[in-house]
Amino acid sequence: MRSNRTGWLMLAPTLAILGTFGILPFIYVVYVAFHRWNPFGASPDMVYNGAKNFRRLVFDAEFLTAIAYTLKFAVFAVGSEVILGYFLAQLLMKNFPGKAFFRTIHTLPLIVAPIVVGSVWRLMTTPSIGIIPHYLNEFFGYDMNMGRDAGTAFLMTVIMDIWHWTPLVTLTLLAALLALPRDPFEQAEIDGANRRQIFWHITLPMIKPAILATVFIRLMDALRTVDEVWMLTGGGPGDATRYVGLHIWKVVFPKTDYGYGSAISIIVLYLTLVMCWILYVALVAPRPKKEVL
Amino acid sequence: MRGPISQLMLWLALSFLTLFPIYWLFVISVTPAVELFSTPSILIDTAIWTNYREIFHDETLRRYMLNSVIISTGNACLVTVLAFFACYALSRFDLGGKENIFFWTITNRMAPAAVFLLPLFLLFTKVFAIGDWKLYDTHVGMILLYCTFNLPFAIWTLRPTIDGIPKELDEAATVDGASTWTVIRHVVFPLAAPGLAVTLILTWVFAWNEFLLAATLTSFNARTITTGLSEYVTTTGTEWGKMASIAIITLIPALVIFSVVQRHIVAGLTFGAVKE
Repeated sequence: MRSNRTGWLMLAPTLAILGTFGILPFIYVVYVAFHRWNPFGASPDMVYNGAKNFRRLVFDAEFLTAIAYTLKFAVFAVGSEVILGYFLAQLLMKNFPGKAFFRTIHTLPLIVAPIVVGSVWRLMTTPSIGIIPHYLNEFFGYDMNMGRDAGTAFLMTVIMDIWHWTPLVTLTLLAALLALPRDPFEQAEIDGANRRQIFWHITLPMIKPAILATVFIRLMDALRTVDEVWMLTGGGPGDATRYVGLHIWKVVFPKTDYGYGSAISIIVLYLTLVMCWILYVALVAPRPKKEVL
Repeated sequence: MRGPISQLMLWLALSFLTLFPIYWLFVISVTPAVELFSTPSILIDTAIWTNYREIFHDETLRRYMLNSVIISTGNACLVTVLAFFACYALSRFDLGGKENIFFWTITNRMAPAAVFLLPLFLLFTKVFAIGDWKLYDTHVGMILLYCTFNLPFAIWTLRPTIDGIPKELDEAATVDGASTWTVIRHVVFPLAAPGLAVTLILTWVFAWNEFLLAATLTSFNARTITTGLSEYVTTTGTEWGKMASIAIITLIPALVIFSVVQRHIVAGLTFGAVKE
């Protein structure tokens, strides 16, 4: 091994930037989480109140339902995106006319800003003026009403998320597939393995780290979704799509309850971290040995 | 499902699903505001171009657009370079606690943004302020700040790629007398190119679409187009047409960058390179 000093030097800028803009604000938020602080409330001073914010949170039914809805949303959305994204990436590995063109088209949803995505989907789904309810009614006689039906609202947030973020999964998995050495596949084909065997025994183990990285990124982004859902449903009807990001937003901004908002954020951060850590340890930590060519 | 024709049909169908909301965005942008709330029709009856005309004459928006291009391009390049070296270090050096560092980087992306706006605001206006100069509302500030969510992403997506490049290649080059820098430049970099291209595109996208941080930490000089766009979405009513037409125009620079960078998403040359 070469001198580790070079390695640390290569890591240094990353650590410095993340330390400054990641850790410093985090410490501040932790500090605020142990205080009662509502700068625009009746008593604007910051008062230390121990773990009261956290105690309040455990019994906060709104927060707990928000967590449950968020998990449901994240599982459905991310699960579909990964499966769909993998198939699309595989399709893009083949040769067909206009491949580059379709790849570009397929990445288009990514460049629409989340706030715009939410707005467009809202205009497409609003009863009586939206195109989707209009045609569903005309062709199938189905009366779609997102403002009344919690299930539909939930489904629409999931579909919107799939539309917006599947391309990200496709691209990252495509990069991973392109980087795979070809020899094991050729060898397997010579040995008479069928497509399913190749998938389970060669492709999957080899791109597992890439899949996992993608799932992580999508999972943590889905858990803190705000803009899109905010524009599409505003968290309604009732609290059916009031995901935890929106919940925090409502605590911090209209109510300016910073102390409590910070406590929620810390807990959400902690839950996300634990979830990802478990996934990470379970799936990656015993690193799969690279097949020696 | 094997033939190129059926592949083509499949992609046409998929493209329809992908493009429809964007097409609808375009429809909204050319529909007069009054007609927007009548019965929807899939075709455009009468297109009006006033929204686009107004935008082209709007100097503020042009400025926001330029800011967005500067910030996202600057950030994506910086992030991709930093992540490339960080991943190389994590992959090839025996650094103490490196797996923990690797995991720690991603935790920077997990936090729900709302409460972090305040400490960041203080950081940008009080801590990083020398005399009259503040980090607040500067391009540099935003470029550095966007690293908090883009660097972890880049490190996590690049790591499998770099790990996947056989170490034997590095070692062979080192034995031949190449320096670390030469190995990185002539061996690792070309092989990681597809991964780097994807990372560059996606970090660019994240920076381009970022809204909350830009809305809080910029006012005019470094205000981005996403934020400018949201000014048309207000509590008193949304100017749908304006918003949609700006959104359509923001697709153009993104498309240009995509088509330039996407050319590099092709299979690397790993295959057979390690065969003795």
